[in-house]
Amino acid sequence: MSAKNPEYDFKWCPGCGDFGVRRAIEAALKQRQTETEQPMVNNVVVAGIGCSGNMVHLLEGEQPYGIHGIHGRSLPIAMGVKMGSPSLNVLVVAGDGDFLSIGQEHIAPQAARNLDITAVIMDNGVYGLTKGQSSPTTKVDTITSSTPFGKSEQALNPLMLYLALGVSYLASHVSTRVKDLGTTIADAMNHKGFSVVHVQSPCTTYNNTFQELKGNPKEGIAPLAWNIPEQHDSSDLEQAYEVVKQGGIPLGVIYRNTERPSLQDRVDEINNKSFERKIESIIESFAI
Amino acid sequence: MQKNDFVVRFAGEGGQGMVTSSEGLAQAASSVGYNVQTFVTFPSQIMGGPTWAQARVSTSPVLSSGDSLDVLVAFNEEAYMAHKDEVSDGGVVIFNSGAFQPESGGNSFGMEFAKLAKQTGNARAENMIVLGALAYLVGMSQQILDDFVRERFTRGREGDEEIIIANIKALTLGRQEAEKSGFSLGELAPPEKPEGDQILINGNEAVAVGAIAAGVNFYVGYPISPATAILLWMERNLTGEGKFVYQASSEIEAINAVFGGGYAGRKAMSATAGPGLSLMGEGLGLAWMAEVPLVIVDVQRGGPSTGLPTKTEQSDLLMALTPGHGDISMPIIAPGTVEECFYASVMAFNWAERYQGPVILLSEHMLSERRQNIPKPEISKLKVENRKVYTGSNGYNRYDGWELSPMPIPGTPGSYIANGSEHDVMGDTTHLAERHIQMTERRFSKLKLLENESYESENTDASIVIMPWGGSKGPASAAYAQLQADGADLGWYYTMFLNPLPVKMLEELKKKSLVIVPELNYMGQMSGILRSQGVKAVSITQYTGLPFKVADLAKRITERVAQEKKEGVTV
Repeated sequence: MSAKNPEYDFKWCPGCGDFGVRRAIEAALKQRQTETEQPMVNNVVVAGIGCSGNMVHLLEGEQPYGIHGIHGRSLPIAMGVKMGSPSLNVLVVAGDGDFLSIGQEHIAPQAARNLDITAVIMDNGVYGLTKGQSSPTTKVDTITSSTPFGKSEQALNPLMLYLALGVSYLASHVSTRVKDLGTTIADAMNHKGFSVVHVQSPCTTYNNTFQELKGNPKEGIAPLAWNIPEQHDSSDLEQAYEVVKQGGIPLGVIYRNTERPSLQDRVDEINNKSFERKIESIIESFAI
Repeated sequence: MQKNDFVVRFAGEGGQGMVTSSEGLAQAASSVGYNVQTFVTFPSQIMGGPTWAQARVSTSPVLSSGDSLDVLVAFNEEAYMAHKDEVSDGGVVIFNSGAFQPESGGNSFGMEFAKLAKQTGNARAENMIVLGALAYLVGMSQQILDDFVRERFTRGREGDEEIIIANIKALTLGRQEAEKSGFSLGELAPPEKPEGDQILINGNEAVAVGAIAAGVNFYVGYPISPATAILLWMERNLTGEGKFVYQASSEIEAINAVFGGGYAGRKAMSATAGPGLSLMGEGLGLAWMAEVPLVIVDVQRGGPSTGLPTKTEQSDLLMALTPGHGDISMPIIAPGTVEECFYASVMAFNWAERYQGPVILLSEHMLSERRQNIPKPEISKLKVENRKVYTGSNGYNRYDGWELSPMPIPGTPGSYIANGSEHDVMGDTTHLAERHIQMTERRFSKLKLLENESYESENTDASIVIMPWGGSKGPASAAYAQLQADGADLGWYYTMFLNPLPVKMLEELKKKSLVIVPELNYMGQMSGILRSQGVKAVSITQYTGLPFKVADLAKRITERVAQEKKEGVTV
């Protein structure tokens, strides 16, 4: 919404990582608008359900189109929008619960198709909006409201999952590096294919990991986040796996495959070699 | 005496050409001007299993697949035992004497299907042997079938001529065998060519072609019996620039993609069956809530759960009405004939665009596989409706007001949020009571745009009326005609527009002392809906996986009417 809306009563908690992601997305959309000379209404933000899904209502400035749909289903909705109107730029915003738990089944097919959209995932390792249940990225043994005796599942490694499923562009980031994140999201939107920007966006209420990510030298806590070295060749899948295997939170572009055709390329190819069948000739084909 | 109508059933093992035989007969007979209707039922497996297909050929329009058989073609003993009791007095059984010998002969004769086929030089000509024998039994001219074979197998390929010669030889051999048997069913009256051009098409095809006529340009589906044929047809035919057709990874993906397509400005569609519709419930709720046009076809099969995937039933009506949670009244169009499948599809798109929301086209297995001659649709006379599109500048309140408003298309000014949460005028989430009241009433008010569609009525002075829905229309109309001829004082109402019902029709139904609804489910779903709308309705139900038989239905209607008159009380 472009102005404060008195009817809209949702608020992120003070210090929520999603504020930083919001500013990064606003900057990326602005950058894209300048670069492509396309109006803001050429963008569609498809949100999941959860704290992060409210992103679509909280973006400030000139307004893109938006969908605030169904828990877990942002990817198939985005597929419909993109394939329905291929010149649109489609951006999915979702959290770890939405994207990696209930919605995980939708990642593999879009990666296989190389659907030309960008997904910005805000990972806080917890279900915040429903008040602190464990999520796929919550660490094993963690006590949460839904795991009072400790979580029994091991945490999912989302970056490894994306690579294994064949996502053609993968970046990892933290919500505090707003400027870098904005540039990365803009870069991901320029990628022709399925791009995922996985962002650590801490929940200050239920799972505050700001200190863990940044580190605290005084208390001897080493930072989880680390910069991917400049010599990393992101076009090399093996090197991408090596980056992810090092653990922690790598910052920057992990993998970028510019060779694969997008789903739209495939559809264009098929539509170019087929021809439109007119209704009259279709009906004639059933003539007795 | 000349016969005006005959019913043939081909029964055997899946893969023995039952469907080809019945469709071949239908094609041949319709090509010279007979009216035809096929009916197919088979088990849910790729090969084998008891399968049967039926063809009815008539000089007048065919309303049902036929109660009893003039000819049963039994490919094996199991099929013979299962179907012999449905052969009418004076009917004939042709059995495969290469496979078995029936205990008591009766009106039957055997042919060695495989051996005869081999003599033609084409081992796959078994069903042509059978068609030849059939043609003799019903006194159909050899020329009709010869012409049919020539047309069907002239495909511009090498070896066409050989196949044609072998098949004609097969027809002749079959004819000679039947002649030897000494049986005859009398001569089939010459065809009375239906007025106007005809096409031969089945229900699934008619739905798909209707969608094309309505301007569908976005289709995402997932394979499921008995709706798969619509996906396959679309994959082959919804082609060319600007078209999108895709096999999704699940019905959940399909409904959400179709939602996205509708939001982006497309005429979007998916087809599924009961289990798929269950999965689509949440997505349909989103489309209702966010006011996005789309069409979902549910080709009903037996339920619940996996149920009877390849049998017919009309038991998804209640789910179609409220497929998702919360206050929803989903528009439903349920065609009752193959011809109506075409027009229902056009109307489903018109409704979706007119009221800006999801529409369910409720088809049935028995319609989907039924191949029938229908009048050729006149495309120039079709009314195709398109979306009321917003053309103003940015800052538009998409959901302002209590009624329908123009819909912006992404990429053009007027950005808004399509929101599954309750929302304010621009689509932002809200919890305000007065806003939920406004939006709920807004969504329901749009149904008024759909409640003035057409319906059939006859003998409207009668206080007791029959009102079938969907595919039970055929058998019910045949039963009604029979009861009318017997002097029963009964009225007739029918519409394919089930929700909302045509408002005038509903008013008339409310005045009746009894509305009898023949329907293929246990619960009596439609009569329950009618009662909730103030109509004194009762159902005549059947849940066998098969359609009503006309004589049986007529008997049950007569009994129900007698009970009503005796008791003098209603429902």
